[in-house]
Amino acid sequence: MARDVPKIMKQGRIAPWLYVSPALLVMVFFIIYPTINTLYLSFRNQDSTQSAAANCIAGEPCWGIFENYRYALTSHIMLTAFRNNLLWILLMVSGTVVIGLLMAVLTDKVSYEPYAKAIIFLPMAISFVGAGVIWKYVYDYSSGPVQIGLLNAMLQALGFEPVSWLTEPAVNNLALIVVGVWMWSGFSMTILSAALKGVPSEILEAARVDGAGEWTLFWKIIVPMIMPTIAVVVTIMVINVLKVFDIVYVMTGGNFGTEVIANRMYLEMYNSFRTGRATAISVVLILAIVPAMIYNIRQFQEQEAMR
Amino acid sequence: MNFNPAKINRVLSELPTHIVVIGFCVLWLLPAIGLLVASFRPFQVIDDSGWWTVLAPPKGATEYQSSCASCHGKDGRAIAAADLTDPAVVKQYPRSLQLMAMLRTDVNGRPHTGDIPVPKVRAAAAIATYLKRISNIENPPRFTISNYQDALVGYRGKRTYTEDCAAGTQPLDLHCNTGDLLNPRGMGRAFLNTLGVTIPATILPLLLAAFAAYAFSWLHFRGRMALFALLVGLQVVPLQMTLVPISRLYAQLGLNGTFLGVWLFHTGFGLPYAIYLMRNFLGSLPTEVFESAYLDGASHWTVFYRLALPLSLPALASLAIFQFLWVWNDLLVALVFLGGKNPVLTYQISNMVTSLGAGWHLLTAAAFISMLLPMLIFLGLQRFFVRGLLAGSVKG
Repeated sequence: MARDVPKIMKQGRIAPWLYVSPALLVMVFFIIYPTINTLYLSFRNQDSTQSAAANCIAGEPCWGIFENYRYALTSHIMLTAFRNNLLWILLMVSGTVVIGLLMAVLTDKVSYEPYAKAIIFLPMAISFVGAGVIWKYVYDYSSGPVQIGLLNAMLQALGFEPVSWLTEPAVNNLALIVVGVWMWSGFSMTILSAALKGVPSEILEAARVDGAGEWTLFWKIIVPMIMPTIAVVVTIMVINVLKVFDIVYVMTGGNFGTEVIANRMYLEMYNSFRTGRATAISVVLILAIVPAMIYNIRQFQEQEAMR
Repeated sequence: MNFNPAKINRVLSELPTHIVVIGFCVLWLLPAIGLLVASFRPFQVIDDSGWWTVLAPPKGATEYQSSCASCHGKDGRAIAAADLTDPAVVKQYPRSLQLMAMLRTDVNGRPHTGDIPVPKVRAAAAIATYLKRISNIENPPRFTISNYQDALVGYRGKRTYTEDCAAGTQPLDLHCNTGDLLNPRGMGRAFLNTLGVTIPATILPLLLAAFAAYAFSWLHFRGRMALFALLVGLQVVPLQMTLVPISRLYAQLGLNGTFLGVWLFHTGFGLPYAIYLMRNFLGSLPTEVFESAYLDGASHWTVFYRLALPLSLPALASLAIFQFLWVWNDLLVALVFLGGKNPVLTYQISNMVTSLGAGWHLLTAAAFISMLLPMLIFLGLQRFFVRGLLAGSVKG
């Protein structure tokens, strides 16, 4: 009778492929093939009719077939983009993690926790474009006497000069990053909060009995225990930040020194129609993301091993 | 009174927590509240007063009280020969220039304003605005929905859609009937386009992901784990990596600017995450359930359709919300593959922001039109949203 007991893992050879192939086909067509094609195009000239070396101008530096990468890695505007993306990573990742953790810890102690969390989380539901409009209104600057932007009106009320937040190179990147933090803190709060609630209360109680204060408890027990989760939040956030596009596109268009990699890629392709440069920039972008990707896959394998 | 030092002590020690939590909530809400309030203010006032002044006296009221009220009275009717609520009188002084010229002219051989100094340009301009308000020449209400009407039909004129329609001076592309809601420049049309993009682009990847995830969790085939690891990696490939080849391909196939092109693109990009999440969910179901179904002689299809699919409804709900919000809020894909041919909400708004054609009254209303549905979905289905978020990033 052993034959009648179906081992669920052994059911025909073709059937499983019928289930996976539609999804696989779509992904091959829309992700894998274009990725390879992009790699190829990044070594071609601007309308991809010749090798990228054809773009070289006599008497000027030239990287031969890597000419597009010379632009993507050394041009002035791309260096600005790299600097800004780095700034975004540093400030937005730390901002969202710190605020997320703070709110996760503090809302845990209040009775209106669900409402407070919903408010912090709400910006996640709206588009970057919508958030861009909301904050452009907050940052609004007028050269006249009346400020309709909340921030400048507050500055004025306190006796300071109003600031043109989005065009002033000293502050405009920060102003954009604040929008990102506003949108994404809810995400890290939600995930960290779940991790916090997973810390066994017996451990905390035992530490309290031993006389540990709340501060020690937080740094010596809670933070180490949720460290893997913090690491996950950080990777996800780094990947998000590297891809940041909409906020910059809507609020400054990458002008006034706020350029980022993803926006430059869009402009090269759809404003200047330089296929070679645009694809080279996207290759640089994915290379920046690869370390995070490797980390993600490792994480997955570790979890698989623990199953 | 029950004086309990321990209780008071506890409340005091909790106070900083409450202050920080409530402080952050206010900080988080304030920008959005500002936009919401502004979107209901008439266009005449939105550009020269902050949204927080919405309940303050109208522009010029204080200047009028200090410079004019002593003779003309609080309501402007005190001097019958110069009734300031009479539009015919006020019409002669539409701006500060005419008003100040008149104020400098003697009345009955005495300075017009007597001992009170003639107001400066700015104050005079404010008074002129105030006079138009009390004489009903231009008396905009405190709140109005006309911004929403204007944004929905794509009206970009100097007044409001309703006023223009009443006077018969509407722009050529508007006809003052319900058909205006489909005006390609309006947010009404963009709303429908966004729905048309989002609904299929949510259902399609979910369907394909359910099939694939079932195979990945309960069927055996060669290279299963390797393929799944690849899938996890695909999640992080940025959109930008594929835009150029796909738009070249679409140009050849004539798919640029079509809904079909966007549906397929979003399906391709939604799948890795959708399959990942679904597999995690399906894989965590007890093996016995599936084993007994096979023992009863059920086929793959029956097990999938009658067992796996109904059981994974919570995961499907989370995914549906994610994909819906992702597509609804997307700008980049819409910008590249749809553009102005079938404009969606995000595209229209980004156009309004970057062009000078639209003032804050239209922009604020348009932004809220685009946020309404996502916020309702989020608030109504928060449970599924959070569950999906947790399942995707930290496996339980």
